This record gives sequence, structure tokens and C-alpha cells, in this order.
Amino acid sequence: MKLSVAIASAIEALFANMLRSFLTMLGIIIGVASVMTMMAMGQGAKARIDAQISALGASTLTMRPGARRRGGRSLGAGAATPFTEADVKVLRSLPFAHLVSGQLNSSVTAVSGQTNWSTSLTGSDESYFAIHDWKPTQGRLFNAREVRSGAALAVVGKSIVKNLFDGMDPIGQRIRINNVPVTVIGVLEEKGQSSFGSDRDDVIIIPLTTARNRIIGAHPTTPKNVSRIELMVADGYDLKQAQNDLGEFMRERRHIKAGADDDFMVFNIADFIRARAATQSTMGVLLAFMAAVALFVGGVGVMNIMLVSVTERTREIGLRMALGARGSDIMVQFLAEALVLCGTGGLIGIIFGFAGAWVAAKTGDWALSISPQITLISLGAAVAVGLFFGFFPARRAARLNPIDALRYE
Amino acid sequence: MTKTPFIKARAVSKTYIMGDQEVHALRGIDLDIAQGEFTAIMGPSGSGKSTLMNLIGALDQPTSGHMLIEGHDLSTMRPDDLADLRNRTLGFVFQQFNLLPRANALQNVKLPLRYARHRSIDADARARECLELVGLGMRMDHRPAQLSGGQQQRVAIARALAGNPRIILADEPTGALDTKTSEDIMDLLGRLNASGITIILVTHEPEVADFARRQIHFRDGRIESDTRRPR
Repeated sequence: MKLSVAIASAIEALFANMLRSFLTMLGIIIGVASVMTMMAMGQGAKARIDAQISALGASTLTMRPGARRRGGRSLGAGAATPFTEADVKVLRSLPFAHLVSGQLNSSVTAVSGQTNWSTSLTGSDESYFAIHDWKPTQGRLFNAREVRSGAALAVVGKSIVKNLFDGMDPIGQRIRINNVPVTVIGVLEEKGQSSFGSDRDDVIIIPLTTARNRIIGAHPTTPKNVSRIELMVADGYDLKQAQNDLGEFMRERRHIKAGADDDFMVFNIADFIRARAATQSTMGVLLAFMAAVALFVGGVGVMNIMLVSVTERTREIGLRMALGARGSDIMVQFLAEALVLCGTGGLIGIIFGFAGAWVAAKTGDWALSISPQITLISLGAAVAVGLFFGFFPARRAARLNPIDALRYE
Repeated sequence: MTKTPFIKARAVSKTYIMGDQEVHALRGIDLDIAQGEFTAIMGPSGSGKSTLMNLIGALDQPTSGHMLIEGHDLSTMRPDDLADLRNRTLGFVFQQFNLLPRANALQNVKLPLRYARHRSIDADARARECLELVGLGMRMDHRPAQLSGGQQQRVAIARALAGNPRIILADEPTGALDTKTSEDIMDLLGRLNASGITIILVTHEPEVADFARRQIHFRDGRIESDTRRPR
């Protein structure tokens, strides 16, 4: 018997018992809808994490001086000899370094007119913006020449505009940072909260030299110091490999003996976020488990109703066998019914899954993310459930003895 | 009539276990039925006539002995081959018609052709032809519930004919019909027999059995008498 014929007669048989078919489908509908919602939520969360990683620089390594020990006593992070602009320059010549930027950071008070605001100051070079993929929405960024000359310029985040300028156009305005006047030349596009909860737009960025010479002050023993170096790995280089190579290079440069601990740290920000996301995914695993249970229960419902159907139609099965149906024909007939039941339930479930994912996206505040793969996987799960739970009743029908089936009362 | 035996039963016994009791439905039957014969099997209920029909119909296997159709021993055949034999060689007519209630006459007649393997038959044309033959050409799209008992049995006969069988097995085909309709049905079976189809009929009505040229009487699982009346 052809499959198309089997499916056509399966649809007919299911229509004959419409209410029962629908109630049976309900389990599959709920199961598929939860599978779909769960996957869409997982994918949405992943998309958000990816967005966070790319905002921080997907291929950026961050390096800071580490703890230094003196007489067995730890002097805390950052106590070791700081990096310098010379380090930045050397690192720029490494083959895997696409961009390198040195930074100094400090908490400062900024004043404009009568308003003052405590914020964080970053002194850096022109590469900083490229590494962080940060563009101005108004005005411009400072360039390499202005960094070298120590120009008194500042680029500010959106939160500075809001808090210090009350939303007014700040371009050309003069602000005082710890009493040092600088001119605002640009406003950066909004980045929102970081995954750690801090406001990434509450920042003033000025040339590194200006920051060191006029506001923060140089390190007592190491002039031209930077407190942190960011290195963007060039395309085609493995981030992990680059992380190792950078570590090796710096050990050699800082004359650290074999076996001794590093006095600096190389981080990979993406790793941090992924590790944090992994703890959040426990929730996802729980959701997945519940969706699987829902689908399983739906499948058991299908099996139950298929067994009832086989029993009810025992005489019909006997008749078909008398007319020449082989066991396999009977098997195909009942498997087709289970498949149509689950396939239809799957399609309806996908519609509800869309709705569920939409609600989840609204309440969870991330983009609706339903890919064709998710839809196909959901439908595939429904069909697999149909095959799995339809198999036993179908085999039972196929194994009936013709005369017993025909005589069944 | 000295044709080679077409259906052969050799020492066929069938024993059912009912609870802790053995019921001997057939006790060592030997029987030959030639091609083209019209045979009525008669006897009281429980005499074994229906059991024999089920064995000839390849729906059941004997407890001992051999059942042969066209020289094939049914006990050595696999279930799929038995299904194909039923589809190709046998046609069944039942007392309760056994039509699918949701399908119309044409769809019911086409049903066995759905299981026809290794044969290319235009199912639609063949089913129409068979319905015309039983005189239901005008009612092909009627469902069983919209047809009288006699008409339903005609649909069932058309269904039995669809696969172009050489044997039609009719188990009490008139059991659920009135006298006039019964005669029509028996006339129809008589015409099919005249066209060369071997017909085996189970009945306990003598008037119905009189349509057959050979009458076999069963009692207690044995053949009591086997008579042929001349043409």
C-alpha cells in the first residue's frame, strides 16, 4: 500500500473521531509548544550573550599587572610593575595583534557649570574605539596626533550627556575633570548596561597622555605607565592560542624565570561571560526537561488512544487481512494514523510555540529568535514521538491472527 | 466431473482449546473440490463447516493434516504469502457483509486492490466493472447505510470479485437477507459459477443449498454425506 494512500485514509479515520483525535493531539500540541518556546528562549538568551561578547570585543584579550609577592606577603592585584607605552608599541608588532591599546582608569568628578557628576575616566589612544567597536553619534573621536600631543579633549558617553548636560548638546562645551578643563568633541553611541550591571555609558574618554600628565599622574617609578592593555586578535588567529602566545611573550619580556608565577594576568572577556551564561543555563536545562516530559506524556496519550483504536477496529483489521492485506500493510496504516495525529499536533504546537516564544521575548526583553531549525526540530520531535509511540499499537495490529480478528466481537 | 482437484484436504483436524476443554471442530477430513464446482457445505452449528471454510480461506491453520490450494500446502507458506494468496486467488463473502461503513460502494470494492502486489490493475475501472456486474452501477457513491441488505451483499460480492479470484468463499451469504433477496444473491453466485469461478458456500438453509450442484453435510466434525446432483 502506498504511503500517500495510507496517509489519506489515516486522515479520514481521524476525522471520523474528531473530538477524540483533538484531545489526543492536545498532549502533543503542549509538548511541541514547550519544546519550541524553550529552544527559542535558549537561542534568544544565547543571542543576547553573543551581543554582550561582541560589545566587549569578541576577540579581545585584556592584560593587567598581577599580584606581586614580597617576603611571602601578597601585595594585591596591580601591585606588580605596570605596563608601559613601550609594551604597547612592541605588542603592536606581534603577528596576531590587530589592534593594541593602553589605558589608564580612574574615578573622577566632572563639573559643567553648576552641575557635578562622579564618573569614571578612561585615558586611552585612538585604537580604544576600534577595539570596542564604539562609534560617535555626535561630533568625532580624537586621533593619534591628539593623543601624542596630549590635547585637552574628551569623548563622553550618553549618561554623561544626561547627567552633566541635562540632555543638551555637549559638543564644544568645556568640562572640568578634577579641575582640569577639557573640551567635549564627541558623544558615543549608547551601549546600555554591562552584563555585570554597571552603566557602560557613564564614562569620559580622553587621550592617554592628557590623563596621565594632567589628571591621574604617572606611576612613581615607571613613567609612561598604562594600567591595562587591550589587544584585539587579528582575523584567522585562534583566541586561545593568542592568549597563550601573549602570556609567553610577556613572561620573556618581563624576565620571569621558568617555574615562577606570572606577575600579570591575561583575560579573555568572552570566557567570563560564557562562564556566567553557563550557570544561567541550569534554568534552560530544567525547561528542556519539562518540555521533554510534556512531549513524553503526549506520546503516551497517543499510544493509549492508538491501542483503543486497534481494539475497536479489530474486525476491520481482520477483514483487511482476509482481503489480502499483509501485516506490513496494517502496520503502515496504523503508523500513518499515529504520524498524522502527531504531525498535525506538531503543526498546531508550533503555532502556540511561536506565541509562547513571543511572550517570553516580551517579558524577558530580548529579541524574538525563532529560526527555521527550531521549527523543524519541533516538528521532527512530534513526528519522532508519533513513530515511537505508534509503533507498539501498530505492531500489535499487524500481528493479529486473521481469523481471530475477523471473529472478534 | 473428473477435473484435477483444485482444493485438497488431507486428514485435516482442527482442535480448539476452550478453557480446560478440547473442542474437536474437525476430525480428520479428506475432501477434494475441483475447479469450477459449486459446493454447498451444510450442517448444524458447531459441526465444523465454518472451520473448514476458514481453513480453505487461508485464514486459519489446521491442527494436523494438510490443506492444499492449487497444489500449495498452506501450512508451509509464510503469512505474507498467505495474504497474497487470499488477495489473488480467493474472494470472501460474509453473512454480515463486512463493508467499511465510512466508505462508499466504489471505495469498498477497491479495497482489496489496494493490497494487490505485482499486478497492475486499474483499480477504479475494475471496481466499476464489478459493481456493474452485480447490478449496482447506479449506486457506486452510496455508503453501506444508504443501501438495502441485498444491495450491501452485492457490494460485498463485487468486492470479492475485484481481485479476479478463482474461488469465492461465501459464509452464510443469505443469512441476513429475506427470501426474495436471497434468491437474487444466489442467482448472482450461480452466474459467477457459470463464468468459471469455483464457489464454496456455507449455509443451513436447504433452499439456498439447492442452488449448488454438490452438497456436503457435516456432523460433529466429520463429513456425513457428499452428494452431487446431475447438471
